Amino acid sequence: MSVINKDTTFLGYRRENGRVGVRNHVIILPLDDLSNAAAEAVAHNIKGTMAIPHPYGRLQFGADLELHFRTLIGAGCNPNVAAVVVIGIEDGWTKKVVDGIATTGKPVIGFGIEGHGDHETIMKASRAAREYVQWASEKQREVCGISELWVSTKCGESDTTSGCGANPTVGNAFDKLHPLGNYLCFGETSEITGGEKIVADRCANDAVRERFMFMFNRYQDMINRHKTSDLSDSQPTKGNIAGGLTTIEEKALGNIQKIGKVCTVDGVIDKAEMPTHPGLWFMDSSSAAAEMVTLCAASGYAVHFFPTGQGNVIGNAIVPVIKICSNPRTVRLMSEHIDVDTSGLLQREITLDQAGDKLLENMLRTANGRLTAAEALGHREFVLTRLFESA
Amino acid sequence: MIHFVLHDAKDTVAVVVVEGVKAGTAMTGWIMDEDRMINVQAQQDIPIGHKVALKDMAVGDTVLKYGIDMGKVVANIKAGQHAHVHNIKTKRW
Repeated sequence: MSVINKDTTFLGYRRENGRVGVRNHVIILPLDDLSNAAAEAVAHNIKGTMAIPHPYGRLQFGADLELHFRTLIGAGCNPNVAAVVVIGIEDGWTKKVVDGIATTGKPVIGFGIEGHGDHETIMKASRAAREYVQWASEKQREVCGISELWVSTKCGESDTTSGCGANPTVGNAFDKLHPLGNYLCFGETSEITGGEKIVADRCANDAVRERFMFMFNRYQDMINRHKTSDLSDSQPTKGNIAGGLTTIEEKALGNIQKIGKVCTVDGVIDKAEMPTHPGLWFMDSSSAAAEMVTLCAASGYAVHFFPTGQGNVIGNAIVPVIKICSNPRTVRLMSEHIDVDTSGLLQREITLDQAGDKLLENMLRTANGRLTAAEALGHREFVLTRLFESA
Repeated sequence: MIHFVLHDAKDTVAVVVVEGVKAGTAMTGWIMDEDRMINVQAQQDIPIGHKVALKDMAVGDTVLKYGIDMGKVVANIKAGQHAHVHNIKTKRW
C-alpha cells in the first residue's frame, strides 16, 4: 500500500481563488531589466519579501512578448505567492501585469519608475511591501486534500542512473498521484526526441495526441531551422556525456521514465499556460532546467520533482524543488543538494515502489513547510524563456 | 554486488552502477524488467554511469536500451567493452 491515498492531507495556504500553495512568499516582481535595482532595494528594505530579478521585458513583441507577460503574471498568480509588488519602468505594461495577477484576488500593486525615479518608487513600493508582508505573516496553514497539490517534474544534469533510478522514482510517484486527481506536468520537448512515439501512445485520446505531435514537430522544426551541427555539443550536454549518456535518444528514453508506467497524458499546454483540468499535462518547453521550472511555476504548479544524475544544483524562487538522485557518487560528493537519495534502487536494496513512496513522503513534508536543500542553500533561479530577438 | 543494470533483456548495452570497474572485472548485471541476473567480464575500464556492451556489434548496427533504438554503432564494439560517444552516435538531427 502506498504512503498516499485519497484521504491523505497536507498543510497549505488557501488563496483567495481557492488554489492551495505550500509557501507564503511576498514577491517584488520587476516587469523588466531596468526595474531590477528598485525591486532588489525594496526586498532589502522590507524583511521577508523577495525580489525576483530577470534580464528581459524591453522591446519584445508578438508571441515572445505574450510569453513574457504570461510568465510574469503566472508567477504572480502562483498559489505559493501571498502578495505581489510589481515595479516597471513605465505604467502601461506594469498595469497589465498587475491586472493579470489581480484576477486571483490576491493583494497586488504596481509602480512605474518614469517621472518618479528610483528613490520615490522604492519608498512607495517599500510602504506597500511592508503592509503586504505583515498581512501575509498572519496567514495560517490549513488542512488540504492531497489532490489540491499541483506537482511538476523536469530532470537535469541527467546521466544513465537518472533513467534507471531517479526518473522511474518520479514516474512511480506520478502513477500514484494521477488516480487521486492531482494536476501533474512534464515537458522538455527536445528531450523527448527518440521517445515521442512512447509519449504519443500514452496520450488519453486522439485530440491530445495530435496536439502533442504538433508541439513536438514545432520544436524539431525550430531546431532544424537554427542548428549549425548535429547538436551533439548541446544534446546530450557535456555533463550528460561525462555521466555516460551517449545519444539524444538514450537521454529521451531515460527522461520519459518520469511519466511512469500507467498514467495517461491528459492534456497539452503551451509554455506557461495554465492547465484546465486534473491529470498529467505535457507542456511544450525548453529542456534547460531553470527555464522549464520557471515555466512550471508560471503554470501554477506548487511543488517540483527534479531528478538528477551528475548533480544539478537548481532551485526556484517560487516553487520548492525536490531533488532526487540515484547516482551513489553524486550522493556522496554533493549530498547537500540531494533531498531524496534513491541510489539503493540500483543495488536492488529498495524496490521502485519503496523509492516512489520515499519521494512522496518527502513531498508531503516539503508541502507542510520543510525547506528543500535548494531553498536552504538560497537557490532562487528564475529564468524567462525567450522565443526570438527583440524589436 | 550489482555492477551493471539493464532494463530489457533485449538490450545490447547496460549501465555500470559502481565505481572502479577495471578491465578484467567479473561483473554481475541485473535485468530490471525481469529481475534476473547475468554475468559479463569487463574488457576495459568503465566509469560509473557509463555503458558496457553486452554483445559484439558492427558498424551500422542498432543499439538497444530500454528495449528501444538509442542510436547506431559507428565503430565496431566487442562484448565487455566501453560503449559511448566514440563508438555510438544518434540517428537524429
